[in-house]
Amino acid sequence: MQVTSSVREPLITGGKTLKDVTHDISRQVEGKPTIGWLLGLLVSVGALVLGGIALGATLWEGIGMWGLNKTIGWAWDITNFVWWVGIGHAGTLISAVLLLFRQKWRMAINRAAEAMTIFAVICAAMFPIIHMGRPWVGAYWALPLPNTFGSLWVNFNSPLLWDVFAISTYFSVSLVFWYIGLIPDFATIRDRATGIRKSIYGALAFGWDGAAKTWSRYESVALILAGLATPLVLSVHTIVSFDFATSVIPGWHTTIFPPYFVAGAIFSGFAMVLTLMIITRKVFKLEDYITIGHIELMNIVIIITGSIVGIAYITEFFIAWYSGVEAEQYAFVNRAFGPYWWAYWSMMTCNVISPQLFWFKKIRTSIVLTFILSLVVNIGMWFERFVIIVTSLHRDFLPSSWAMFYPTWADIGVYLFTFGLFFTLFLLFAKFFPVINMAEVKSIVKSSSEKVNK
Amino acid sequence: MERDKNFILGVYDDEDVLLSAVTEVRESGVKIHEVYSPFPVHGLDEVLGYKRSRLPIAAFLFGMLGTTLALIMQFYMMKWDWPMIIGGKDYASLPTFIPVTFEMTVLLAAFGMVGVFMISSNLKPWGQPRIFDIRITDDKHVMAIDLATNAGLGEENISDVLKSSGATEVNKKSFE
Repeated sequence: MQVTSSVREPLITGGKTLKDVTHDISRQVEGKPTIGWLLGLLVSVGALVLGGIALGATLWEGIGMWGLNKTIGWAWDITNFVWWVGIGHAGTLISAVLLLFRQKWRMAINRAAEAMTIFAVICAAMFPIIHMGRPWVGAYWALPLPNTFGSLWVNFNSPLLWDVFAISTYFSVSLVFWYIGLIPDFATIRDRATGIRKSIYGALAFGWDGAAKTWSRYESVALILAGLATPLVLSVHTIVSFDFATSVIPGWHTTIFPPYFVAGAIFSGFAMVLTLMIITRKVFKLEDYITIGHIELMNIVIIITGSIVGIAYITEFFIAWYSGVEAEQYAFVNRAFGPYWWAYWSMMTCNVISPQLFWFKKIRTSIVLTFILSLVVNIGMWFERFVIIVTSLHRDFLPSSWAMFYPTWADIGVYLFTFGLFFTLFLLFAKFFPVINMAEVKSIVKSSSEKVNK
Repeated sequence: MERDKNFILGVYDDEDVLLSAVTEVRESGVKIHEVYSPFPVHGLDEVLGYKRSRLPIAAFLFGMLGTTLALIMQFYMMKWDWPMIIGGKDYASLPTFIPVTFEMTVLLAAFGMVGVFMISSNLKPWGQPRIFDIRITDDKHVMAIDLATNAGLGEENISDVLKSSGATEVNKKSFE
């Protein structure tokens, strides 16, 4: 018998029964697509096509289409890469870390957050691959495969190679974790469907029968996967930060990077989860499952991680001054007061000041304000990566080669392409897959719904 | 009577009733074939007397395999097959091999365990499950009792045991 405190807010409102859960969530998979969904898909595919022109031009003409120059060899591409990978951290964090901490509120949002993770990692992985210039020749060089260069192997001392392993492992383990959770829900949809839909969802459900023995194994698999995914999710952004931290560029060469990047990733990931979930709950009428309580809890995670990020920014400045290294000090003063001051102060405002508004209960329980602030945080986190990458590079060791970075239409277009890809995939997921984990939500209907607590 | 063909099914609405029912039914001497649920019911495997899953052991073994393969691969490529001085480091610099070793450990542990889970639970895209009651993926728990393994008890008795344990319906189901 599960006992839930009567002072705790219910996780499911509206007096839902098990049957209601099945109905409310299967409904949007079974029904005809709504106008809103079709419009959303049209916009996303439009972005995909428009951005695809820029992507095609980049692949056809080469990396010279981008605004990079000999001083700034990394700019928007790596900024976008780190930004998307960061967004991709919330899903596995929600489903794995919150599972280990037995946080039941994760159950309503983990499915969509994991889907977001997978799509964000796909978008992220595109950038290093495109940046190879001729990926059809070069992409496999990143893998330790026997080759015709006398079997000259990849360099295992390089963080860039660690990244290949980290991101591909993260992507595939997240995908498996997500899919294992989907199997029982596909079985639910299979058992409600007829005809061709029944065969499609039947194949997706892998012949799930809901036996107690299978559930018992399923639970052990979920727990062990969560245990594996927790250090994995922390390792991924740690390794991404090594791409910078192990170099000798002032502004990059700091030991604070791994925890600072991980906190930033969770921060931006939760902001993106909020952006998507606020729309999804409204469009699919899931307000009883994704409640204000869920939004408030996510906002609290945003305050914490936003504050960690803020402290990291200040610590970097302090250490630059305290180290007494002139180049290091210059890099930071240049960040805040040099030609890219506007990027730095956008970052500070969006990431450090704006999340502090969530200390007010009125603001963190307001859907409109949460939605706006979630967008602000995402913009701020993009600027953070831009500031770290471009301002550290643009004034390098020789003043004669100092330069500025200006994005070209191809830079912007490729970024737009990833937006199109991300939202197209997310919309397809939201229509054809159950957006909430029905089986898990059903397991808390009795203990955490409004009915019990009354 | 042949085994695994004719079943008597107790349908339960509530997971806590189900948990106590499983104990009652087992105590009355009826052998339970299996219980089917729409969601994981905590403690159900214990009352049914199932042993703890050995999947964590599989995950550990696959993880160790990943660690071993990753280390062998890196030492072979970096030290033995084509040694090169990179950044003044030793050919075999173990600290820089740790990230890839960690990732491969996680990768093999996760995929190995999930593979074993799929095989042991007979999950495959072309799998056709035996559906005792269509509602077990919706809102009902179903306790299936094989008539052949409980041949000495008689249908009436089993049905009474199920009803008194809290089943809201008792049905019969036969498979070809």
